[in-house]
Amino acid sequence: MTDASIGEATPACPRKSSLFELDARTRKRNAAEARFKIYGMIAVGIAVLMLVFLLTSIVRNGASAFMQTFITLDVTLEESKLDKTGNRDPEEMAKVSTFGYAPLIKAAMEQAIAKNGIEIEGLSKPDSLISKEAAAQMRNFVLANPDVVGETRTFEFVAASRIDGYYKDRVTMESAERDSNVSPEQLLLADALKEAGVLETRFNLKFITWPDASENRPEVSGLGVAILGSLYMMIVVLVLALPIGVAASIYLEEFAPKNRFTDLIEVNISNLAAVPSIVFGILGLAIFINFAGLPQSAPIVGGLVLTLMTLPTIIIATRASLKAVPPSIREAALGVGASKMQTVFHHVLPLAMPGILTGTIIGLAQALGETAPLLLIGMVAFVREYPAGIPDGFFDPASALPVQVYNWTQRADPAFVERASGAIIVLLLFLFAMNAIAIILRRRFERRW
Amino acid sequence: MPLSWLLLILFALAVLGYVMGRSRALASAGGDSRGLHSLPSYYGYNVALTVLTPALGLLALWLIAQPVFVDGRVSTLLPDTAITEGSSRSLVMSDVRRVAEGFDLLVQEGRATGAEIRDMRAETTNVRDRLAEVGIALGSNVNPSVLSAAQRYRDLSTTASRAMWVVVLLVAIGGFAVSYMLTDKDFRARNTVERGILLVLICAASIAILTTLGIVLSMLFETRNFFAAYPWQEFFFGTNWAPDFRGNSDLAILPLLWGTLYISFIALLFAVPIGLFAAIYLSEYASQRVRSVAKPTIEVLAGIPTIVYGLFALITIGPMLRDYFAQPLGLGDSSSSVMTAGLVMGIMLIPFVSSLSDDIINAVPQAMRDGSYGLGATKSETIRQVIIPAALPGIVGAVLLAASRAIGETMIVVLGAGAAAAQFQRGLGEIVNPFEAMTTVTVKIVSQLTGDTDFASPETQVAFALGLTLFVITLGLNVLALWIVRRYREQYE
Repeated sequence: MTDASIGEATPACPRKSSLFELDARTRKRNAAEARFKIYGMIAVGIAVLMLVFLLTSIVRNGASAFMQTFITLDVTLEESKLDKTGNRDPEEMAKVSTFGYAPLIKAAMEQAIAKNGIEIEGLSKPDSLISKEAAAQMRNFVLANPDVVGETRTFEFVAASRIDGYYKDRVTMESAERDSNVSPEQLLLADALKEAGVLETRFNLKFITWPDASENRPEVSGLGVAILGSLYMMIVVLVLALPIGVAASIYLEEFAPKNRFTDLIEVNISNLAAVPSIVFGILGLAIFINFAGLPQSAPIVGGLVLTLMTLPTIIIATRASLKAVPPSIREAALGVGASKMQTVFHHVLPLAMPGILTGTIIGLAQALGETAPLLLIGMVAFVREYPAGIPDGFFDPASALPVQVYNWTQRADPAFVERASGAIIVLLLFLFAMNAIAIILRRRFERRW
Repeated sequence: MPLSWLLLILFALAVLGYVMGRSRALASAGGDSRGLHSLPSYYGYNVALTVLTPALGLLALWLIAQPVFVDGRVSTLLPDTAITEGSSRSLVMSDVRRVAEGFDLLVQEGRATGAEIRDMRAETTNVRDRLAEVGIALGSNVNPSVLSAAQRYRDLSTTASRAMWVVVLLVAIGGFAVSYMLTDKDFRARNTVERGILLVLICAASIAILTTLGIVLSMLFETRNFFAAYPWQEFFFGTNWAPDFRGNSDLAILPLLWGTLYISFIALLFAVPIGLFAAIYLSEYASQRVRSVAKPTIEVLAGIPTIVYGLFALITIGPMLRDYFAQPLGLGDSSSSVMTAGLVMGIMLIPFVSSLSDDIINAVPQAMRDGSYGLGATKSETIRQVIIPAALPGIVGAVLLAASRAIGETMIVVLGAGAAAAQFQRGLGEIVNPFEAMTTVTVKIVSQLTGDTDFASPETQVAFALGLTLFVITLGLNVLALWIVRRYREQYE
């Protein structure tokens, strides 16, 4: 039979149905098939699109947190204002508060305006271009180096948040007219200063190391304290959750007899894995703070709460990797006379280690991003001081990375939205790094039997 | 002396015990390790563990019990007259603790001696100024009864700490002596050590039970206090949520529960179809290449912390919905709304639904698919009429798990849903408007428990009752979901 013979036959004798021409019903079914497949594609597309949308939205809002506007000024450190006695004694000089330094900055600003020949009509308070933090910055510098009094030094000051926002398109001439914190004239001045090279917007990593700042100084707020607080909590979680989780898994996987007690443990672990995180916060508040009397806002309490939260994750991962070690290894060890305990600790555990570490890192990443329980144990407090060294630092009030984000979203100044998004970028980078390490660990060390 | 010294001494004792135990065992076998029952190091571990385990356990117990005991003793010493109007015993006790802490600092920094502090009188010394020296700022001057209570507090704490040192060291040395005496070449050291290790493992596994117990007990205890001050009928069946820290507040759970369920419903409405279709596509249609890229990408959504979603709702989705939907449609002008929180939570739930459904769809035996294809069904017909019905119980389980997550979710609703409770008296139109701000159980737990709160007031304690309700609901959903999934799995095994 050839194609030609059928081709000739068709027009002569039209059959009811053909393998080459689809009937209406088959067409309908095929169309339904194609539609169904497209629904699936759309669903996957939406999910992926949402992820992309989420990430770009955060990056677009937050990338500018790593840019900062600076103003460079030559400030004359007048002896008559800063050190009246003239003996350069830091204790004496400490009596001059930041209010004593503000006029110097103002004078330097006016000098810079005059030097560059800038004339703007109706300009008032040119020094409010500079962050209010500048006076404190200068005072700290002078107190640390008393000998500079009397000289003229070049300082780099952070520009006020509205000026900074002007170069990040957050503040415009129109919005400045309605704003009591900035005037259009000041923005013109900023432009003129930029022209003269006094003012500059550039990349600034200090956002990561600076401590948090008060409500009306968003330009100098940073993540330093929060990152350290998170680090301290992660240390607590690692030190507690890894050994406890591994010990519990070893018992359940290798030793536990099948009885009521071990059933109870199993049910508890699977339920704890699904308990809302805020419930752990209530537990921390009631048990660790109210009952045991541990200090509020301390990394140790946060660490303990997060430990309890991560334990199920670590236990589930550890049990899976213990289970993946083939029984032949155990039997061989038992066969040459090792005890059950020796078999587990000398042979099974080392082989399961890559899987355990991967699970631990993923658990830590989960703990790092957790916010709700930390709100309840008082970590929302405004903390400006860097925590002390290792033993005391665990008990001092601290902040944490995700809580800092929450904190900033609760403030009125829109500049904090940028800061919060910037903090999210840092948080996501940490998580990305941790997950990448986990994947590399798994790829490199995991053995398949 | 600080606690770290005690720990250091204990560990030094343990190391010493290891060395001595090991050499005593070897000596008893005449220096030939073949004569021993166990490997020599087990004799060392035996002594070290007998030194450490009881001593550390006792230390932990003591540290937990001591503040409770001292607080209780001092609290009974406080005369009722010391508790001024508008204050409570617990507030006065926290003053007492602060003063006592200040005294400790004074002694530590060498500004006062212990005897000086014991003889301090409120009438002759300005305690407030003395404490300000070490950076403890007090609101008002210390009254005599607080001062004497603080002195008593300090005395008791110092005595208790000393006693702790003595007892813990005695236990450690006792353990040392006993295990050292037992060490002998015929002593079954390995068995003893392994029993000890097993005990430690069991304790670690029991922490899961203790945690659950801690959660339930802590919430039950405070909830009981709450219901003592506020009628339970009002809490469960009232229709108004209006807390007022001056008292006389309406604390009914229904408006909050409505918000929670409404937002979760919208989230599921968004997440279930997308998650399900994504799972079907990835497990039945997608090529290996597409699957290996798309599946991990969707799962990235599950790894993103909820605070990120919260911020996304607050700064992107919320304003967008308000500007393009709510305001043009005249449905409201708040950027935080049920829709905002629901939509963002839906995005968060997609990977939950999709990866759980994916597992379940893959668990449907291939023979069922082959049978359907053999009868001439197309792929989509097979999926709709064979695979989905077979996987339905599992999918229901996955949806229930996602619902339990949605109900317990906190940060997205804190940032995206608003703080005003649903107002039932304003009528149905108001409370079903998805562009209206509405608050949830979790938001109110956060807002009632953060900040400086007085734990004795029902406005604070209500958070524990809310937490318990939340815990019971999510636990119920989880148990139900796991039960359904497990039953389903058994069918094909």
